[in-house]
Amino acid sequence: MNRYSPWKYSFILLLIGLGVLFALPNLYDKDPSLQISASGVSEVSELTEFQVSTALEEAGIAFKSMKVGLENLTIRFNDTGTQLKAKSVVEKSLGRNYSVALNLAPATPDWLAKFGAEPMFLGLDLRGGVHFLMQVDMEAAISKAEDRYMSDLRSILRENKVRYKTITRNKTGGLLVRFKDDSERDNGQSLIEDEFQELDVTILEAGSDESQLVAKLKEQVVLETQKLALQQNITTLRKRVNELGVAEPVIQQQGLSRVVVQLPGVQDTAKAKNILGATATLEFRMVDEDHAAQDAVDGRVPAGSKLYYQRGGQPILLEKQVMLTGDSIIDAASGIDGLSGQPNVTITLDGKGAKRMSAATRDNVGKRLAVVFIENKIEVVEKNGELVEKKEVIEEVINAAVIREQLGKRFQITGLESTKEARTLALLLRAGALAAPIYIIEERTVGPSLGQDNIDKGFNSVLIGFALVLVFMVVYYKVFGLIANVALALNLVLIVALLSLLQATLTLPGIAGIVLTVGMAVDANVLIFERIREEIRNGNSPQASIHSGYEKAFSTIADANITTLIAALVLFSFGTGPIKGFAVTLSLGILSSMFTAIMVTRGLVNLIYGGRRIEKLKI
Amino acid sequence: MEMQKTRFNFDFMSKRKVGLVVSSLLIIMSIISMSMEGLTFGVDFTGGTLIEVGYSESVDLESIRTSLINSEFKDAVTQYFGSANDVLIRIPPSEGLNSADISNRILSLLKDTGSNVEMRRIEFVGPQVGEELKDDGGLAMIYALMGIFIYVALRFQRRFAVGAIAALVHDVLITLGIFSITHFDFDLTVLAAILAVIGYSLNDTIVVFDRVRENFHKVREATPIEIFNVSLNQTLSRTLVTSLTTLLVLAALFIFGGEIIHSFATALIIGVLIGTYSSIFVASPVTLALGITKEDLMPVQKEGADLDTMP
Repeated sequence: MNRYSPWKYSFILLLIGLGVLFALPNLYDKDPSLQISASGVSEVSELTEFQVSTALEEAGIAFKSMKVGLENLTIRFNDTGTQLKAKSVVEKSLGRNYSVALNLAPATPDWLAKFGAEPMFLGLDLRGGVHFLMQVDMEAAISKAEDRYMSDLRSILRENKVRYKTITRNKTGGLLVRFKDDSERDNGQSLIEDEFQELDVTILEAGSDESQLVAKLKEQVVLETQKLALQQNITTLRKRVNELGVAEPVIQQQGLSRVVVQLPGVQDTAKAKNILGATATLEFRMVDEDHAAQDAVDGRVPAGSKLYYQRGGQPILLEKQVMLTGDSIIDAASGIDGLSGQPNVTITLDGKGAKRMSAATRDNVGKRLAVVFIENKIEVVEKNGELVEKKEVIEEVINAAVIREQLGKRFQITGLESTKEARTLALLLRAGALAAPIYIIEERTVGPSLGQDNIDKGFNSVLIGFALVLVFMVVYYKVFGLIANVALALNLVLIVALLSLLQATLTLPGIAGIVLTVGMAVDANVLIFERIREEIRNGNSPQASIHSGYEKAFSTIADANITTLIAALVLFSFGTGPIKGFAVTLSLGILSSMFTAIMVTRGLVNLIYGGRRIEKLKI
Repeated sequence: MEMQKTRFNFDFMSKRKVGLVVSSLLIIMSIISMSMEGLTFGVDFTGGTLIEVGYSESVDLESIRTSLINSEFKDAVTQYFGSANDVLIRIPPSEGLNSADISNRILSLLKDTGSNVEMRRIEFVGPQVGEELKDDGGLAMIYALMGIFIYVALRFQRRFAVGAIAALVHDVLITLGIFSITHFDFDLTVLAAILAVIGYSLNDTIVVFDRVRENFHKVREATPIEIFNVSLNQTLSRTLVTSLTTLLVLAALFIFGGEIIHSFATALIIGVLIGTYSSIFVASPVTLALGITKEDLMPVQKEGADLDTMP
């Protein structure tokens, strides 16, 4: 009685072996390292490796190892001091086409890494860093998409000699086209419907004797546009994060209009926020030289023009039609203008943009071209007694210069206030223009010292709680208590192994989940042991008591654990970051405790007591 | 078969009226406090900004308050966090403040006072996100209860499910009530803790119910009250031991886990204590009051109850 077959023991040993193997990488320290990745055109190769190692040798900086990965180059150092020194050396030697990030690289030995065993990720609350939740302004994305049709509508109507009066934005969305009379409107409608499959055209009858219609994007197109806006924002954010030089950043879509950005180890959060949060783009517009800007300030804005203000506050009239938007910019570099000594930004356009630019400037030599800098900010304001987020768009003409010659692929912007501003502008432009404004709606930043504190405290409380439970179990259940303790220790190893295997992120709430599991994992053993005691009290033999104790406790344990799992699963699906971490460790803990508390302890009990006569159980 | 011998022989069920009075009083107090005072929601739910800063030596709160009052952050609330070196500053969502800038400005403001200050943590939550979290949190609680109800109704019987849910609602209400009365901060981690309490308290209840079901099958001559009493006594030592080990680790979390985990540990400790009480004095009496009988759990009664009797 009470014997396990050899295959059951082999199964238990196999699982334990795997558990230890995958938990092992977490015991190794991490090396301070630099992670070099290419931004833009350049790429990381053996050549980069050679360049970096020569630079480091020249500077007399020793490094542990250097390894070219798929997309980046990792250099390990002995201490953080050398790491920091090396960073500036490497940055200088590689230039701005590469981003150099400080990182902690896991020092998993090769033989372990071959099995695919890696340490678990530490969450931002443990290692320090910034977490942003960003919202893409979908309304703006749609109205921007509609704006693009405005000039197309104008030219198609003009080409086909349909007489329209104006095309403006409709208050309730879409574009409002006003016609001379109903027949022109009907012509316009069929023309637009034929030419633009993406637009829904409806005739507006209500409350006016004018002939007008509204062209709106079709539902399908709206969805497509939103998807595209989100994708483009994610791409742009990725580029920006690269510019910041962050190792292992997380940039993820959340829901239909949000993006999560996590930057581990970032210390200068202000800079990160400015670069991620401030969204800026450029528009190039011709200056309206035919009208006086002062008239517009007084309220008489000419049709086809729009009133802007320059940096100094002087009004300026620009044409409504955008000549070129920031989408066409592929590179921007700051520098000093050789002639004037002023800071400048040199812009490079893509092929399509360059063509448009050169076509537009060919006929306009001698006229002024304005550069409009558009920045999106979010402020919290009160509206009807409720606090809401208000979007604020700051449009500023940073420069209006006479076109000296036909512009092409590369040209300069001057008129910036400082070299710092030139640098920031270049960075924002280089990172790409955003299709739709994006802004921060949630931020969680943990400083590096707090991260270390959290690790220490979390680790300590797990150890202390664990030790208390171990002592209690031995005192209360004697030999069986010891057996339960072995299971409990294995349970911890298995949780760590599972977390590492899944490459899940360990957070502080995650540690709390582990602590809670430790408390609850004993429950299964308590149930079994109490049942065995009961059976003995009822006068059963020790062997029979062990047998029926495990048997009878099983359904209770299963029921109790499944109900807890239900709660954990709900937590997970509801989960935002911190709660998810808790739910993950809790669920994993429940599952692994089913194995350790039932199978492992039974195996040990059978090993000790199985198959022989015993007079008395030490329980 | 006779009634089994048990280590304990408390007549819990005769005290169930007392339990009813105690629980009702606690629940009424909780509801009153929550409707009058509400919960002290943290930044997670209200929106706003929370900044934790660390000083190299202990710092006077008054000086920080004065410099904040003289700035644009008049509504800022300042308090020590764990020690006199750590300060927590809360800024409610307010008009005209650019959300992303707040933390930067606070930090430079504090640096201006000349002391050696270091940013430890910033949490900024937009009002819209906070509102969503509140809704989602409430929904999560309801979904968890529904899932559990269905599982218990299938595995046991409808009356048990009602008893279990009554105990859970009892636990959640009273834990929330205590948070309301004491004005402890209610943040995301507390919500997680309350959901964990649901899991834990249920664990306790299920263990008792499991024994009740077993005894209904086994013991021929006994009233339901006797069955519940004997089952509660049989599981009592397990209930106490498990509560004790769980409380041991929670105490470790509470004492050594740091300030950040404090509310979480507090909520769980309260929840575990109430959960242990409720599985004896709420779940069982409610199930009894609904008129559970031996027949409800007998295999003869096939229709609709066949799942109940599966081992």
